[in-house]
Amino acid sequence: MPTILLIGLDGTATGERAVKHAKQLATLIGDCELLVVYVIEWSPFSFQTAEENEQRHKRRKEEIAAALSRIVDPAVKELTDAGFSARGLVRHGDVAESLIRTATDEGAAQIIVARMSEGGFVQRFMGSATASLVMSAPVPVTVVA
Amino acid sequence: MNRKTLALVAPALWAASVTVSMAQTAAPPEAMSIDQQVNNVFATVTGPFVNLIFAPLPGTSFPWIVLWLVVAASIFTVYFGLIQLRGFWHSIELVRGDYSDPNDAGEVSHFQALTTALSGTVGLGNIAGVAVAVGIGGPGATFWMILAGLLGMATKFTECTLGVKYRNEYPDGTVSGGPMYYMKKGFAERGKPGGRFLAVVFSIFCILGSLGGGNMFQANQAHAQIEGIVGDFPGWITGIIFAGVVFAVIVGGIKSIARVTEKVVPFMGILYVGAALIILLVNYDQIGAAFGAIFAGAFTGLGVAGGFVGALIQGFKRAAFSNEAGVGSAAIAHSAVRTKEPVTEGYVSLLEPFIDTVVICTMTALVITISGTLITDPETGLFVLNEAGTSIATVGDVSGVALTSAAFATGFSWFPYVLAVAVILFAFSTMISWSYYGLKAWTYLFGEGKTTELLFKVIFCIFVVIGAAASLGPVIDFSDAAIFAMAVVNISALYVLMPIVRRELLSYNERLKSGAIKRFH
Repeated sequence: MPTILLIGLDGTATGERAVKHAKQLATLIGDCELLVVYVIEWSPFSFQTAEENEQRHKRRKEEIAAALSRIVDPAVKELTDAGFSARGLVRHGDVAESLIRTATDEGAAQIIVARMSEGGFVQRFMGSATASLVMSAPVPVTVVA
Repeated sequence: MNRKTLALVAPALWAASVTVSMAQTAAPPEAMSIDQQVNNVFATVTGPFVNLIFAPLPGTSFPWIVLWLVVAASIFTVYFGLIQLRGFWHSIELVRGDYSDPNDAGEVSHFQALTTALSGTVGLGNIAGVAVAVGIGGPGATFWMILAGLLGMATKFTECTLGVKYRNEYPDGTVSGGPMYYMKKGFAERGKPGGRFLAVVFSIFCILGSLGGGNMFQANQAHAQIEGIVGDFPGWITGIIFAGVVFAVIVGGIKSIARVTEKVVPFMGILYVGAALIILLVNYDQIGAAFGAIFAGAFTGLGVAGGFVGALIQGFKRAAFSNEAGVGSAAIAHSAVRTKEPVTEGYVSLLEPFIDTVVICTMTALVITISGTLITDPETGLFVLNEAGTSIATVGDVSGVALTSAAFATGFSWFPYVLAVAVILFAFSTMISWSYYGLKAWTYLFGEGKTTELLFKVIFCIFVVIGAAASLGPVIDFSDAAIFAMAVVNISALYVLMPIVRRELLSYNERLKSGAIKRFH
């Protein structure tokens, strides 16, 4: 059974570093499957208008399709082109919670993320998704600088 | 006549009738202001409709429509075995997302459906409506309002379950739901005739309701608030400004305004309840007496106009206007939720009358009661009526929002300013919600299409101006009548379709008990 490594992308250039590190790790481990995950930040407790609700299912599909085509599929292609076994997933929710849930559901041995892009004021007061991930993940987390 | 032609002809007929009435009632025009002319025309045009809806039962002064709502809510309460009590905790679990599949994340959640529906109901009904009820019916009206809220939870459960079950799901993923859809499909499923007819009648009343309670009443009270701050000025000016902003959102698609409102309104609601709680805590020694007045007034009237029947009528009327249970509007709002089990949305929706009426309306009523704004005779302890003998005399001779504002000002002198902003935002948010409900009914009747939709939206904006310019009496009468007319049709359909809801409920509860319905959190 292959070792599953989960790569969390945040849609910025920093994700490339996570992909690069995952490749190195997978080469060292050998029998590996790379799972590329992108989380669309979303809260079930936000407030929406009736019109937004009516359109939500359609929008969700569009968001997933856009995330797959712009972020996840190119990364999966890069990995498969390089000879790795890889697949992609898009999830909605809190970034840290969603990565942890996906890692648990898929039986991932490790989560690899690049240091995520938020910083400054937001990071100081809200804490970053990376910090939340490191603090609560049930599997080892590698944060690529 | 095809649906599009009808869409164009109907407003023309309405405009013609207004023009005729204007010719009859506006003389001499030079002696009247624009506001007075609008008011006179409006009162004349809507009078017969209002009289029909509020006709008393033969030989009594009790409006048949109030009995209609009470009986329905009681029947649903019994038929679903006190679902509002037995299902209360499960409703909270559903809103918390305990039963939401993480793989469905990104879809409309139960919380979002609930808050969207609440943003259409929490507002002026809770602030102005309660003040009207307490002002006319005395504190005793609060008792009947709470009872109506508790019973109304079962009605809401019934209509929202059906709203989700029979909604239309289109290939592009969008949804449309509401009473007109469950009337049409549900009646067909049960092999009953008349579903399509009821759907059309409901849609007509829904359009009137959206223009009345969902629009004119809101514009009217928002203008009263602005006038309270900046002094007297013509209502049509407020109307045109409001209509401009509403136009920008619903026609111009400027979603940022709607989004800001949707985010600010809940905080205004929390601020309102917080302020009420603080006033109640500061005056905690009077809460017992206030509840005493509520219970005593519920059965004796404490000298208010119409006695305890007056209190009962006002309580039930204003509760229905506030929480809209049985009206059918919530079924439109809740039908967008993504769930495999329609009953779950029924459970969630029963929280709506609880939050709206049992909690928020009661807060308003308690604050008004303990504030001393209602004048009592020190010797008899009974309320003193105003000169016309129609409502309780108040300090400063205020009513509606102004009464609530005066009551809150006894605790926080600055609160009227916050309340004014809250009222304007609530009014705006309710207008946006009701423009959607009205549009759904409109498109059900006339078909979907840019021209027909634009026509409704323009009519909606015109009514904003009329609502702001007309005086409170005719506006509140028409608003109530239109909304209750929706309830007449909707509740008739609910009686026919309630066995379907029970079947769904029993099946769901069985699977919940057996663990077939998975808990995720």
